[in-house]
Amino acid sequence: MWSFFHKLGSPPWLYRIAGTILRWLLPVTVLALCVGLAWGLLYTDPDFRQGNSYRIIYIHVPAAVVALAGYYVMAIAGAVSLIWKMKMADVALKCCAPVGAALTFIALVTGSIWGKPTWGTWWVWDARITSMLILLFLYLGVVALYEAYDNKEAAGKACAVLSLVGMVNIPIIYKSVDWWYTLHQPASIKFSGSSSIDPSMLYPLLLSIAAFYALFTCCLLLNMRAEILEREAKTGWVRKLALGDGG
Amino acid sequence: MYFDSLGAALAMDGHGVYVWSAYAISLVVVVLILLVPRRRQRRFLRQLAGEQKRQQQGPTTGLEGS
Repeated sequence: MWSFFHKLGSPPWLYRIAGTILRWLLPVTVLALCVGLAWGLLYTDPDFRQGNSYRIIYIHVPAAVVALAGYYVMAIAGAVSLIWKMKMADVALKCCAPVGAALTFIALVTGSIWGKPTWGTWWVWDARITSMLILLFLYLGVVALYEAYDNKEAAGKACAVLSLVGMVNIPIIYKSVDWWYTLHQPASIKFSGSSSIDPSMLYPLLLSIAAFYALFTCCLLLNMRAEILEREAKTGWVRKLALGDGG
Repeated sequence: MYFDSLGAALAMDGHGVYVWSAYAISLVVVVLILLVPRRRQRRFLRQLAGEQKRQQQGPTTGLEGS
């Protein structure tokens, strides 16, 4: 167990294992995305009330769910790097931010496009949407904060604190549709009790959610590989790798 | 397939513009977040390899002709 943690802190090991994981996870992700989205887009029946516009759900919900989950990953990485000063946790924290921002952006844009035919407006300042917008700013804040510092160690610390403080926003996003009266519909999938969504729509949605989780993992690992190389640029193994790979 | 023809799938009873634009924008973002880190890594490795080659050739190379 301890040797695993020890390895996890080792840049060359992490770089290699990320490469091994990506070699099979990347094709699986692309396949799952294509199948899940094509299934939802072309092979399901339209919603009896919203018609075909509901098909946006197959990107909107997965992107939003994974954007939230990604924030947990980022905040946990932030806590680990603050408490145990683990350098690779700092790398993970930094690499979560752009991916999470992109997914939050997808959730907001698709939600906005979905809102037009369904609610008759592109945007409302309701609780769910506003708290998701704050999530986007938190992700972008971490990205910007890293760039703002010259001292990368101080940058890492500031970003870890920001990501932990931002955790306040997460339960607000989850509960916003229950706490406030909003245009946004409540969750259709529940872990306990019956879901208010037909199985024929549920399965492609679950597949898409799984695919977006895999997509997040892939992007995180890809970013981490690039980041590790740049941080370890002075070490022997990276210099050797550069000569073998890009020379 | 739910739709009878390609045209019906594109139109989606008037909702096609919304659905397809949402999918198109998302596709662009997904492709970007997959490609950007790979490009960044490749460019970095190429640059580092170039630096090392220049170092191996010796420090005098920049002063030739002077």
